[in-house]
Amino acid sequence: MSVGERDPLTGHMTTGHEWNGIKELNTPVPWPVWFFLIATALFGIVYWVLMPAWPTGRSYTKGLLGADARSAVTEKVKQAQLERSEWTRRIAGLDYAAIQADPQLMQAVRERGHVLFGDNCAACHGANAKGGPGYPDLADTDWLWGGTPDAIAHTIAYGVNSGHPEGRVSQMLAFGRDQILTNDQVLAVTDYVRSLSDPAVAKRAARSVAAGKAVFDANCTVCHGDDGRGSQALGAPNLTDKAWIFGGDISAIYTSIHNGRQGQMPAWNERLSDTDRKILTLYVLDRAVAK
Amino acid sequence: MVSELTVAERERAMGITGLLALCGMIMAIGGSNDPLGVHGFIVLLFAVAMLFVVASGYFAPEPPESRLQSYYDSPTKAGIVIAMVWAVFGMFIGDWVAWLLAYPELTFDAAWASFGRLRPVHTTGVIFAFGGNALIATSFHVMQRTSRARMPDQFSPWFVLMGYNLFCILAISGYFIGITQSKEYAEPEWYADVWLVIVWVTYFILYIRTLMRRKEPHIYVANWYYLAFILVVAILHIVNGLAVPVSFLSAKSYSLFSGVQDAMTQWWYGHNAVAFFLTAGFLGMLYYYLPKRAERPIYSYRMSIVGFWGITFFYMWAGSHHLHFTALPQWVQTLGMTFSLTLLVPSWIAAANALLTLNGAWDKVRDDATLRFMMIAAVFYGLSTFEGSFMAIRAVNSLSHYTDWTVGHVHAGALGWVAMIIFGAFYATVPSLWKRKRMYSPALVEVHFWLALAGTLVYVFAMWNSGIIQGLMWRTYTESGTLAYSFTDTLVAMHPYYIARAVGGLLFLLGAIVGCYNIWMTIRHDAEAPRATGQETPLPAAPAPSLQPAE
Repeated sequence: MSVGERDPLTGHMTTGHEWNGIKELNTPVPWPVWFFLIATALFGIVYWVLMPAWPTGRSYTKGLLGADARSAVTEKVKQAQLERSEWTRRIAGLDYAAIQADPQLMQAVRERGHVLFGDNCAACHGANAKGGPGYPDLADTDWLWGGTPDAIAHTIAYGVNSGHPEGRVSQMLAFGRDQILTNDQVLAVTDYVRSLSDPAVAKRAARSVAAGKAVFDANCTVCHGDDGRGSQALGAPNLTDKAWIFGGDISAIYTSIHNGRQGQMPAWNERLSDTDRKILTLYVLDRAVAK
Repeated sequence: MVSELTVAERERAMGITGLLALCGMIMAIGGSNDPLGVHGFIVLLFAVAMLFVVASGYFAPEPPESRLQSYYDSPTKAGIVIAMVWAVFGMFIGDWVAWLLAYPELTFDAAWASFGRLRPVHTTGVIFAFGGNALIATSFHVMQRTSRARMPDQFSPWFVLMGYNLFCILAISGYFIGITQSKEYAEPEWYADVWLVIVWVTYFILYIRTLMRRKEPHIYVANWYYLAFILVVAILHIVNGLAVPVSFLSAKSYSLFSGVQDAMTQWWYGHNAVAFFLTAGFLGMLYYYLPKRAERPIYSYRMSIVGFWGITFFYMWAGSHHLHFTALPQWVQTLGMTFSLTLLVPSWIAAANALLTLNGAWDKVRDDATLRFMMIAAVFYGLSTFEGSFMAIRAVNSLSHYTDWTVGHVHAGALGWVAMIIFGAFYATVPSLWKRKRMYSPALVEVHFWLALAGTLVYVFAMWNSGIIQGLMWRTYTESGTLAYSFTDTLVAMHPYYIARAVGGLLFLLGAIVGCYNIWMTIRHDAEAPRATGQETPLPAAPAPSLQPAE
């Protein structure tokens, strides 16, 4: 039997054992330890009595409070839907103009639209809706497929080149890669397209621009129009303004003509509800400001 | 190294590494059309390298009988060096992914460098490679000294250490090439798991054999914890790892569990990995190195008992608090929550017992960065166990779940508790193991301490802020009853904290590099004078002398 010694500092006895110089005091367990151990254990027991806690074969103890997380959350969701339905029902029922005229409804559109846009659209169009290379700027008033509420709603619902039968389809051919045009012709038409929005180019490269116009008239007007102003029915962009989806510098325009472009936007009709898509349409229109 | 092994042990080592090489060859050839083949080559290379090492010392003379008069510390020395290398590797990857989260372009355009693969490289690198090697190395050191017995043989500790590192290499290289079980903290595939079982059982047997040879009548607390760590990790690893391989020549396997049972098994494993790997093992470390360094008796043996059994009993139930508000039945969540709350008391008993042990030695804590590492570790252990129990409450969890708060909590434990106690233990052990008077530079230990503490605080505060902001933004509603923020809004709000977190991690990494340098220089520095301090109770000669010199 080992005999303890007294620790001069604390006055407690050691247990009498030693391991490579380490000794242990035999200090009694302080009362708060027992207090909190019992208190937390008691809390646990009370909680078990009140809440679902222990398995009993095929079932479990339901608890005196009858709490059930699943029905609680179902109830909460129902309640929230009811609260929201006050304005969601009106948005679903009214036409676009009537909603736009109602500041209270537009407040709801802005709040709900911000989250819908952020969670679904911002990945391509940017959190500020200003787009980026390859993705159209939605915060301006240049529209590829039309800027009426119905046109925007259709684009959101069925997408562009999305594979959905109702979806919008557009294709800019790869004029250079597929050898529809020679490289010289592509270069010339590049200069011509630049001259449409930048008169300085017309002066600087008059010969090339003239040659380019001939190529343009023969190949591009079907979609982009005689004046290069494009067609919203075909989703052909206006080439005479400063708004560019894929970039307006010489190399970007050359690349577009050489390799073609087939922008894509998914169809959202199965992912977002009718009301949510209507809110997004209104939200996008609300964000669109003329430059 | 090899000359320390008896000739019979060298033969055994040759046989086992040869067998391993054969396994590697079969995996490499049979799995040539599968990622398994790559691992076959790694196993083969590892085994051949080991064979060369053994062969190079094979014809050395038999080690003298006098070796039995001293503790066998070479595996501990190797383990400490390996652990520090893994520390720098794992923390480097960790800080890389921290910057990557703030600036997503900071990586290579390659699959191996994607966040999803680097993240388990970081977690396995620090928890299992750094932490595991530190536990193995210190457990060899502690079990011999507290038992006053040399390990029963020279081969098994090397098998455990090298085998464990082969497992770490297989795990980490596997993530890079896309091999994973997709179970958090249990990502390695079935063959790596099987190998770990072999290594781990050897480890367990080695520990028990050493304890059975002990010359002390009682088993010291540190050994209870180390043993709990080894035993329970084996149980957890085997049960959670149960899986059916697609074929024996394929790396892919499917878990035996599915659905919510799989989730529950995984988090029973996950939480008890925290409990028995990251807590019990390191409490063993704390219980030896802290009183040794402070030269004070453990405050209360009785508190040790209550703490140990409380921790081992209550932790087992707590795993389901990782699955609050999921498909897991509510009653399981209730049990997880209530046991997690009760668990706080034994956890704090352990922390309090450590801090009260320092009574009478606070001047040493002030002057000695090594002891301060251990003191801060105990404080962070107390903090993170409180935080853990708090976050296990369902109402709190509804805010904290899936947010950075969890990440902050884990790192309060991993940086503040686990890494700090390891560094403290290493700084305490290295001089005596290599027979030096002290560390090469006590000033650099001080530098490491402040870098580590600053890094931890910056990291943890950044993640608390980020996580709570994130959680609150997720649940903020507008007057019209819709969510106020989109997911990307929360990312914008979290961005500054992500940068702060990466800076904190960088400080911690720099500290670890300073530690590596200091340890390396201590090893290289020639012993100027024989060790004067830190007397060790001598190992008894063959006929055991009086067991209790203090009596």
